[in-house]
Amino acid sequence: MSSSSHNPSAAPSLASAPNAAAAPNAASALNATTATSLPDAPRLRIVHLYPREMNIYGDHGNVEAVAQRCRWRGIEPEVIGYHIGAEFPAEADIILGGGGQDSGQGAVQADLPRIRDQLANLIASGAPTLVICGTYQLFGNYFKTIGGEMIAGLGIFDLHTVGGERRMIGNIVTESEEFGEIVGYENHSGITRLAAGWQPLGRVLQGDGNNGEDGGEGVRLHNAIGTYLHGPLLPKNPRITDFLISKAIERRYGLDAATATGLLPLSTLDDTLAEQARAIAKTRPR
Amino acid sequence: MPNPLVTIIGKAAQAAARLRGGGSGGTAFPGLVVEKLDPNYAVGVLSNLPHGVVLISGTNGKTTTTKIVAELLEASGLRVFTNSTGSNFMRGVIASLLPRISLGGRLDADIAVLELDEAHAVRFVERLAPRYSLLLNVMRDQLDRFGEIDHTAELLAAVARRTTTAVVLNREDNRLARLAANVDGRIIARIVTYGLAAELKSHFPQDDDLYADEFETWDPEPLDAVVAGAGMGAGVGAGVGADAGAGMGVGASVGAGAGASANSAATQVPEPAVILQALTNNTATFRSGGAVFSTPLKLKGIYNVYNAAAALALVQTIVADEPNDASCGSTHSALPPGSTGDSPPDSLAALIAALANVESAFGRGETLTHNGCAVELLLVKNPGGFRLALESFDPTGYDTMIAINDEYADGRDMSWLFDVEFAALRAGGVTMVSGVRAWDMALRLHYDDVPFTKVDNDLAQALPRFLAASERPKRIYCTYTAMLAIRRQLGKELNVEQQ
Repeated sequence: MSSSSHNPSAAPSLASAPNAAAAPNAASALNATTATSLPDAPRLRIVHLYPREMNIYGDHGNVEAVAQRCRWRGIEPEVIGYHIGAEFPAEADIILGGGGQDSGQGAVQADLPRIRDQLANLIASGAPTLVICGTYQLFGNYFKTIGGEMIAGLGIFDLHTVGGERRMIGNIVTESEEFGEIVGYENHSGITRLAAGWQPLGRVLQGDGNNGEDGGEGVRLHNAIGTYLHGPLLPKNPRITDFLISKAIERRYGLDAATATGLLPLSTLDDTLAEQARAIAKTRPR
Repeated sequence: MPNPLVTIIGKAAQAAARLRGGGSGGTAFPGLVVEKLDPNYAVGVLSNLPHGVVLISGTNGKTTTTKIVAELLEASGLRVFTNSTGSNFMRGVIASLLPRISLGGRLDADIAVLELDEAHAVRFVERLAPRYSLLLNVMRDQLDRFGEIDHTAELLAAVARRTTTAVVLNREDNRLARLAANVDGRIIARIVTYGLAAELKSHFPQDDDLYADEFETWDPEPLDAVVAGAGMGAGVGAGVGADAGAGMGVGASVGAGAGASANSAATQVPEPAVILQALTNNTATFRSGGAVFSTPLKLKGIYNVYNAAAALALVQTIVADEPNDASCGSTHSALPPGSTGDSPPDSLAALIAALANVESAFGRGETLTHNGCAVELLLVKNPGGFRLALESFDPTGYDTMIAINDEYADGRDMSWLFDVEFAALRAGGVTMVSGVRAWDMALRLHYDDVPFTKVDNDLAQALPRFLAASERPKRIYCTYTAMLAIRRQLGKELNVEQQ
């Protein structure tokens, strides 16, 4: 693999430079429109669940990906950390939750039931949501540890997880009709099984996925996604990021108004870097 | 005493590997052979040393600190054995032993200073109790190999409990401060700490603090409510977290609620034996036992200088505890109890003088010269280390390159790059992004608004281009295998001594 295949001195670095030309289009289109209920600058409120406890697998990159891809299109992201014991933010547009380590999860497990109804209502009303690894498991019905202890989940996704002996770890590629190939890194020993009729996020091409047996990875419900994929997921899979942003815009401003103002469909960004990173990731050892 | 036959075979394997001209592969192989023949080989040799074994572990800074400790002990008159190759597995220790051991199995040293990663350190102490241990920090490192940092903290706690004379701990690390409080009384050795002046603490962000306060919080709760919540949760879930690694057995004693609860433990932590007070233009100011002293250093970067504080705390302790018959200058007590003078005692002054001459370790801020232009190599292995490096080295005036590989020794998972904030590089940008995972790195820079000029995942091609790009001094942040490759490549041109 050498630079000759992509002429490094030219395109990707400059074309995709920070805050490049993509941003102003949407904003200027908005300013020209006065007839709709859209404010001068569209905003999205992103709620990051437990940034203090669930912060250690790079999933923070998902928050950055959503926020930056909003900014690059003239949408102002407002990122709010939801902490243990706090009040759940009103009018959340996008909900993101990552993986954590055991001690962090212990604390989070005790807090999550307090905000269960808000989370369930948001998801039922189509709020785009992405929960990963530990948070994904806790959104299911229960987690039975390898020692036999039962930890109740939120029951938002009809699935359960059982602790396993084998660590399912390594690069993973899955495929979904909605999002195409999904590339990431899994690192879990929980074996997750979906209830009958529930759809996984993707079918595993390389790796283990939910349980290493049925070929499914993650779960889909309304505009919510549960998955084991780190990597982090969103920078490397911009189609999923833009899905979350599009659905959030649609839900907050209405499809017609957003379309009339040119906010939807979302303007195209240069994703050359993500494409290159994905291509390499797929060739790497597990 | 080890079986002489094993020593002979090991030495032969080493000679063969050298003849074959193996680089890093050459050093591991003989150790592997000996380990297979006699798993207790290293323990057998090291258990006979008059001043025992000093074990240094932690996530970041092991190699640099081990080098400083070894040089300070040598300066105080001891013959030191150390695994200075940076191969911190048991086979690396054996490979370092082989050239220095007689066929009769005797090692020509008074004391051993061993760098071992957390997992190998635990295996080592199960077989041989170290007289001293120095535990530097617990940060996230290659989770795909060690598991979670609470688990790593538990490994270090096991090392501390097996240590017989003194355990030296970084009081600025939440998990180690908690260990230093020794609430369960399971550490039998004396506990010594080292620390930072308050003004310097912001240079050492902890994984626990990462993102904790970054975002606007909706109706933030007072801290004590957070602590109570964490404690409650830990009681329910510690060690059985929803994604506990199989058989990890994370102990609640060190791990649970470490971030918040460690603060309350801090009151019981012994006062630091050495504090790093300031670092200005590579002149470091330390405080020890009431004395304050400044010295210019060849070591670069505040995190390396903090490792020097760790080394000072440890070596002071050793010199005070280990009467050294063989030594010339040094006396029994480096730091007389109750010393409150303005200038350090003579023995300490001697350590400081030695410290001033210590150079950076292999790839840890070492500076090579290429066509008259300085090339600095900075090893980055994990988010904590990368953050510290970015915090320590001002990019102004330098061309910057980043080389990220994902071989086993680097860690396969690239997620960690997103736990590092690269804003420090925004103004000057990055000249070259390379390594197998160059595109992942470029993607990360892109999302952090850091401009870069070139991406080339072929390191052999990227390095000369980067070096030829300008006359300015160069700085390369690189993962472990990328560092080895770069050093090999520079060595070809420069005849730099190979490890």
